Amino acid sequence: MDFLVINNGFPFLSAIIFLPLAGALVQMLIRDDNLARIWALLVTVVVAVVSLPLYIGFDTSSPMYQFGESHQWIPALNITYTVGVDGISLLLVLMTTLIMPLCVLGSWSYIQKRVRSFMVCLLIMESSMLGVFCALDFVFFYIMWEAMLIPMYLLIAIWGGPRKTYASIKFFLYTLAGSVLLLVAIIALYVKNGTFYIPAAMGQDYSAAFQTWVFLAFFLAFAIKVPMFPFHTWLPAAHVEAPTAGSVILASILLKMGTYGFLRFCLPITPAATFQFMPAILWLSVAGILYGGFTALAQHDMKKLIAYSSVGHMGFVTLGIFVLNSRGIEGAMLQMINHGITTGALFFCVGMIYERTHSREIRDATGIGKLMPWYVTFLAFFSLSSLAFPGTNSFVGEFLVLAGSFAENKVVAACAIPGAVLAAAYMLRLLQKVVWGGPDNPQIPGLFDLRMREIVTLAPLLVFVFWIGFSPAPFLEVMHTSVNHLVAQVADHAPAAGSLALNMLP
Amino acid sequence: MEIESAKLLTAVLTPLVGSILVMNTGRKPNLRETWSFLAALFLFGTVLSMAPAIWRGDRLIFHIFKILPGISVTLRADAFSMVFAMVASSLWCVAVFYSMGYMRGLEEHAQTRFNACFALAIFGAVGVAFSDNLFTMYLFYEIVSVCTYPLVAHHQDEEGYFGARKYIVYLTGTAKGLVLPAMILIYVLTGTLDFADNIRTGIFPADVNSTMVVILYVLCLLGFAKNGVMPVHNWLPSAMVAPTPVSALLHAVAVVKVGVFSTTRVMLYVFGVDTMSALNLGTATAFFVSFTIIVASVIALSKDNLKARLAYSTVSQLSYIILGVALLTPDGIQGGLIHIVNHAFSKITLFFCAGAIYVACHKKDISEMCGLGRAMPFTFAAFAIASLSMIGAPPVAGFVTKWKLLVGAMEMNSHTLAIICVLLASTLLNVAYFAPVTFKAFFGKPPEGVKYDSIQEAPLSMVVPLMITAVISVIIGIYPDFMMTFVKAVTG
Repeated sequence: MDFLVINNGFPFLSAIIFLPLAGALVQMLIRDDNLARIWALLVTVVVAVVSLPLYIGFDTSSPMYQFGESHQWIPALNITYTVGVDGISLLLVLMTTLIMPLCVLGSWSYIQKRVRSFMVCLLIMESSMLGVFCALDFVFFYIMWEAMLIPMYLLIAIWGGPRKTYASIKFFLYTLAGSVLLLVAIIALYVKNGTFYIPAAMGQDYSAAFQTWVFLAFFLAFAIKVPMFPFHTWLPAAHVEAPTAGSVILASILLKMGTYGFLRFCLPITPAATFQFMPAILWLSVAGILYGGFTALAQHDMKKLIAYSSVGHMGFVTLGIFVLNSRGIEGAMLQMINHGITTGALFFCVGMIYERTHSREIRDATGIGKLMPWYVTFLAFFSLSSLAFPGTNSFVGEFLVLAGSFAENKVVAACAIPGAVLAAAYMLRLLQKVVWGGPDNPQIPGLFDLRMREIVTLAPLLVFVFWIGFSPAPFLEVMHTSVNHLVAQVADHAPAAGSLALNMLP
Repeated sequence: MEIESAKLLTAVLTPLVGSILVMNTGRKPNLRETWSFLAALFLFGTVLSMAPAIWRGDRLIFHIFKILPGISVTLRADAFSMVFAMVASSLWCVAVFYSMGYMRGLEEHAQTRFNACFALAIFGAVGVAFSDNLFTMYLFYEIVSVCTYPLVAHHQDEEGYFGARKYIVYLTGTAKGLVLPAMILIYVLTGTLDFADNIRTGIFPADVNSTMVVILYVLCLLGFAKNGVMPVHNWLPSAMVAPTPVSALLHAVAVVKVGVFSTTRVMLYVFGVDTMSALNLGTATAFFVSFTIIVASVIALSKDNLKARLAYSTVSQLSYIILGVALLTPDGIQGGLIHIVNHAFSKITLFFCAGAIYVACHKKDISEMCGLGRAMPFTFAAFAIASLSMIGAPPVAGFVTKWKLLVGAMEMNSHTLAIICVLLASTLLNVAYFAPVTFKAFFGKPPEGVKYDSIQEAPLSMVVPLMITAVISVIIGIYPDFMMTFVKAVTG
């Protein structure tokens, strides 16, 4: 257990993982819809507050897993309940806990039928998502990974739009197919190592063939989740049909599980295979960036536009991860957080329009700048953030990813640049249409500016847009040591040993 | 000596605060315009108060945010930034009055939005002037692009949206597609984005791959598309759909000058004179922009719409500035940089005149202006003075530019004759497209049956500003020393 700093005080991680689950159980007893909303908000806020000490107490100088807890679970199979966070998972955990209260707020009036069941699903989602990010035992990880699927499926299938059945089944089948391969890889590693500790599987000298197969199994599972081009087709369908909170959770947190998987499993466990497949993955990322950008440019449906923009943005994340240097990986991790904040906020924005006009079409929301000044102000800032305007969060992430890419492979990086231009094109197009429209805008009935609750939903995200944009140090510091440790783990297996170590940040 | 000074922050924030105040006082037009004017005056005062320190040879600096190692939001005021900051802040004061007269005279809609965005554009321009590194400059450069979109699209008709779309596509496309990769590569190569503190050395280490430097240079030259260098100039004529005060201030002063300022700042303080001459980039750039100078003048000749003619004249004149700097001789650089000032005062006068003519008699085409000079003598007199400046005739400001540029060309070791030919040819073309306007106005005969009796000068709030800028054009032609001290301090 030399990888874990055991926490003997208050078990923060267990608390945030199981509090929402306990909240969900209590929720089932509540009969009143309004009370159900308030209860869900209360639980998620408490979880967020409990999670804050994780950031304050985190030792940024150590690459170890901190706040660790480890208990025997099924001794016969050597399965344990082991959790801990390092610089790679900490920010994702915090983002999850901070976004969930906003999701409850964002569904306050959007969800009118079966409110209690909806909130139960949200709380179970939160438990399982936090479980995935904290797990250090393969079995616990896998259980949490699969547990996410069911409430997410329900969110789309029950509270979704007109084509909810198609979308939810497609989502379910795609991710399930990936999970099966994940299970195969986990068992293969167990047979090899005799333990389910995730960190124990890292740094072992596996044969090249074994690495290749394990890598491919992991890769497929996570690439579907990211989703990387060409495994992305479930995403637009799911996003379009999901209710607002579902889209936000999907975009902000679920997609990050794929890239988190790359960082936690593919890179440290199978480094030689990572190098073998790196060129192909870099080009796949570029393909995703360009494909996502072009497709987003052609959309008339706001949710589809943002969904395809996610494909492009996540392409930048995988690009940053697989250039395998510190700048790229730090940029990718920051971009994961940024995408969570910005795209989450954009989905909230679209949801707010949908609540008013019951349409997601851009043409049904043109030229509303005059009628909803506060709304378009928020939308403008989040759109600018999405297109990586300097001074916003995405700029810093994209800058680091591209700086890492240019250092590794100038051709790949240069091919990703048009993706940045496309991002400006489709976001400014959306913004122009919504704020200004054309010479003859339609009269849209039933429009009123943002309510206080809606402003409270968006404002915290806007704070993070500018905080990360102008002063990203507090966010980069926590990941710095862990990323350097990860790069060192991988670099040992580089074809030309040592060449990557030079790329580490000072 | 480097002095930490909060004046820089004050200067940059003043237009931002001004714009917020304007937005909140939309219901009371007089109060709203008062805020604009106070902000402009306060900004000018703040910029002016920095001048003594710069004359002493000091450099003011102010750190705001640290983004990454080697990347920060930092402001600096040196002689180079003062050239642009003085121009932008002083002309904003004049333009506030002019745009009040114009917008009220035509009873334009959405005047609050207009005034707020106007102030935001100045916010961006002042930010660019005072930026200490490439990132800060890029940040404010993009702010200018976004905040001027509502100004260009102001009329909200088919033409307005079309022009504004072209505008934003050109400007953000080049900034993201060319400047962004250049900036990232410079960061990867050097580990910093800070400008050098002199114009010689640049920031590249000695062992850097020279092909890479040339690529980066080309990316920057074309990427700052606000500089209007062909082939990325096309947004400028399209942006003339904007109301005339916008064309005047933004497309003679703020936006296009942000472009040339950024270009020349990067040429001198990122690449440096030594690197540029070692790689022969100066001469190549000089010839490249010479094409723009000549071709844009020829296009201007063919335009009958006054604003379109002025737009192409701007495209041509902006390249003078880059040409001067590209000569890489002290006098050439001085000639280029002083043209930022000279062109600003003269061109804003010309645009002001075009707007005054439009408000007074709703005429846009030069061919309709025959004999109009007798009805609007002050406006056309100002127009004549400013045209002389554009042509480069003494004693108006443009003469100083032409003189310095010619001296700079003669200081060159080679290609002297070619550059002199370009300057002479463009001067003749300037005469060819400016002189007829004044001539027709004063000596042309009105068309049969048309009487100009009912036409009077535009409101005073328009005529006075254009007279002021015309007079200043003459003053800085006769006493160029005030601004020349800054320009001379740049070349050391």
